[in-house]
Amino acid sequence: MNHRMVFSTVGKIVWAEGVLLLLPYIVSLIYKEECSSAFLITILVAVVVGTLLATLFKKKDDIIYSKEGFMTVSLSWIILSLIGALPFRLSGEIPHYIDAIFETVSGFTTTGASILTDIEAMSKSLLFWRSFTHWIGGMGVLVFIMAIIPNVSKRSIHIMRAEVPGPVKGKLVPKMRDTAKILYTIYIVLTVIEIFLLRIGGMPWFDSIVHSFGTAGTGGFGIKADSIASYSPYLQWVITIFMILFGVNFNIYFLLLIRRFKAIGKSTELWVYLGIIATAVLCITVNIYPMYNDLPTTVRDASFQVASIITTTGYATADFNLWPSFSKAILFALMLLGACAGSTGGGFKVSRVIIIFKKIGSEIKRLLHPRSVKVITFEGKRLEEQAITGTTVYLAIYMVCFILIFLAVSLDRFDFETNFSAVAACFNNIGPGFGVVGPVGSYADYSVFSKIVLSVAMLLGRLEIFPLIIVAMPATWSKN
Amino acid sequence: MNIVIAGCGKIGTAVLDSLVSEGHDITIIDNNPSVVSELTNIYDVIGLCGNGADSDILIEAGIENAELFAAFSGSDELNMLSCFIARRMGAKHTIARIRNLEFNDRSLGLLRQHLNLSMAVNPEKLAAREIFNILKFPTALKIENFSARNFEMVEIRLKADSALDGMTIEHMRKKYDYKFLVCAIQRGDKVYIPDGNFVLKGGDKIAVTADPVEVQKLLKDLGILQKQARKVMIVGASRTAYYLSKMLLGIGCSVKVIDSNIEKCEKFSELLNKVDVVHGDAAREELLLEEGLSSMDAFVSLTGMDEENILLSYYASSHDTPKVVSKVNRTEFSAMAEKLGIDSIISPKIATSDIVVRYARALENSIGSSVETMYKLMDGKIEALEFNVRQDCEMIDVPLKKIRFKSDILIGGIIREKKTIIIPAGDDVIKSGDKVVVLTSGHRINNLSDIIDWG
Repeated sequence: MNHRMVFSTVGKIVWAEGVLLLLPYIVSLIYKEECSSAFLITILVAVVVGTLLATLFKKKDDIIYSKEGFMTVSLSWIILSLIGALPFRLSGEIPHYIDAIFETVSGFTTTGASILTDIEAMSKSLLFWRSFTHWIGGMGVLVFIMAIIPNVSKRSIHIMRAEVPGPVKGKLVPKMRDTAKILYTIYIVLTVIEIFLLRIGGMPWFDSIVHSFGTAGTGGFGIKADSIASYSPYLQWVITIFMILFGVNFNIYFLLLIRRFKAIGKSTELWVYLGIIATAVLCITVNIYPMYNDLPTTVRDASFQVASIITTTGYATADFNLWPSFSKAILFALMLLGACAGSTGGGFKVSRVIIIFKKIGSEIKRLLHPRSVKVITFEGKRLEEQAITGTTVYLAIYMVCFILIFLAVSLDRFDFETNFSAVAACFNNIGPGFGVVGPVGSYADYSVFSKIVLSVAMLLGRLEIFPLIIVAMPATWSKN
Repeated sequence: MNIVIAGCGKIGTAVLDSLVSEGHDITIIDNNPSVVSELTNIYDVIGLCGNGADSDILIEAGIENAELFAAFSGSDELNMLSCFIARRMGAKHTIARIRNLEFNDRSLGLLRQHLNLSMAVNPEKLAAREIFNILKFPTALKIENFSARNFEMVEIRLKADSALDGMTIEHMRKKYDYKFLVCAIQRGDKVYIPDGNFVLKGGDKIAVTADPVEVQKLLKDLGILQKQARKVMIVGASRTAYYLSKMLLGIGCSVKVIDSNIEKCEKFSELLNKVDVVHGDAAREELLLEEGLSSMDAFVSLTGMDEENILLSYYASSHDTPKVVSKVNRTEFSAMAEKLGIDSIISPKIATSDIVVRYARALENSIGSSVETMYKLMDGKIEALEFNVRQDCEMIDVPLKKIRFKSDILIGGIIREKKTIIIPAGDDVIKSGDKVVVLTSGHRINNLSDIIDWG
């Protein structure tokens, strides 16, 4: 176990957070807000902690294995959240540190679940930081570090693998660092395009930037009490489309860049993902049409809500709490499903569902024809037994975690629907659920215990469970 | 540089290992998924599972942008075919491992020409060549020739009671008035690039650059010169043994080959009729003694098992055989073998990876770096690099003593107009068009100017 390498990398990450905090600090200076000192103190804390970690644990060699990769990622995310919560607490705008942590974890994990009851009263720089955490967390903090710091480790693949979601993880180009750079370039370019499209539609600069951050990371923190509802139809459509785009596997954009259109056409995951969106929009439109009696609005609201939920963003233009049960049920199913692997979205991931369905199909066939041989393929390639087992095991552990978290949260005083959807919304990094935690509600009234449990749920969901479990195991910390 | 490696067995992995540390962008192709996942865990490369001759896989590997395609699968035919296809699909250079005897005779030239191969490598032949060089000049543990024929780098081991024990390099150069330079020293696990004040110790492994004739004189004065081996015993009728025997016969040596497999013995005897082939178990002491181990000049162990080779060599050196060479493929074992006193260790996979890396460096040369050839010394801990001096080099016509070099850098020799060898001293200068041999440990040098300490 190479503890030194783990902690020195975590130190670098904390340092980087200090640098990233400069951005909201600048925003606070622009708007001449009082909370600028809170940012300054946090930056100092980050620099001191980062330097301490990096010097106390000066690395001796940079050989790491998957264990160190998992450790680095989980510890980084925890420490990032603890430090990232400081500005909220120090400025006094979120008086309780636990609430601040909930808000920050929700930001970094791109959940978008909020404990704020009066968003519009917050200072602009804090709102900016809140949404910026979405943007940082969306593509992954460590991937970002690897893209900018040269030679973190020859084996940083272990770190990337622990941070990037999805059942099958690959690189775009041979070198880890170049892959990280390409991913971030795509990410930045898409974000900038969205900012401009929103600005053209008449959204103020600040709003367009903040909302683009929220869309890019598939986070969902808004800056208005009614989320996106008060913006024009054009702006709503732009956000809808970009939510869907950020839910697509980024490999697709890379294939687009290198002009391998055939490979895109053959991508099962992409077409299943788009197919599910289309079907869900159609069903909901038919289901809620009697409420609106206005086709363009119905389609717009249905599409926005579907895109927002399946990509686990969590923006809202309508209070879907008031929709008929069938529509709510569809949305709930989409919550669990989540976006594509290798995107910034959360959830169980479309590719995993495809793999599990294929496995079910082949098992049924085997029951009928015991001697039949059926190899499961995915994206034109044979799936190794290991990958299939990995997916089914992930399903199992996903269910177990879900139930345990639900049991813990059920100790709170809310009704079944609220608790259940709150767990689903946090665990899948969506944000709003049904009932009290619906699009117009908040998580403010949950007990401290529930907030901690839900924060853990968000981290579990974003890092896909295993890294955190590995860190929590005592055996990981023993020397060997 | 974009490199695609198809087939990652022992040799493919060794090549991969060296090329990764050179910083290339590498894609590997292997048909065994567990090999691919294992290697992508260790190295920063993309792994693809499939056949190296499959055009879909090659497209996925980005063959049209690959500078180099290297095929190291277990089958010669597959290697040739995949190189042919890769070349047709846009790979700029191709290297195939071709080891079958049938392909390595006259047909090799034809194959290379028609398949458009940049290089065909035969690990066994490379290993045989290295062993042959050692047997020709048994005092040396290893010999490297740079681009000039009369410029060699020789590794030798100082005996515990060597006359050089406790002597500084400066003293040594005064005492032995030949043109030579001690440019690297290995003591235990550590390597040094020495200056004049470095004190030599018995048991050190030292690398000397010099004119071959001068080396002979120096070694003679030191009393450690051994004559060329005349009678050689080889254990294991392998392919390496075949190439080695052929080379040895060519310079008039007598060769005896022992193998426990009768079919292999017969085949060997059929191919090389002049060799004494003995059928028997070489692990039996009696057999070795009966076949005259004690009167042999050299003993070479080339069986398929590293362990067996090490033990046989150990046995032979304990019987005072003047020169013992052992083939050891696993790097972990070679350190152990050195501890047992077996100095000359040859590994086909390292010989192969060295030559591929050398080729890759030469390719890079055309893209910006100017390394002509590269040799690894002292278990790969020291590199000897040969550079062409271009006209715009900062060091031209400046006496070497006035240049501040980085630490652990040494100029081992200057080759002028292909013939004149300068073993550099402080007053010598580098001229445009020269070739310069630089020794370094720990630095990554791409250009001659990289060796100057600008700070």
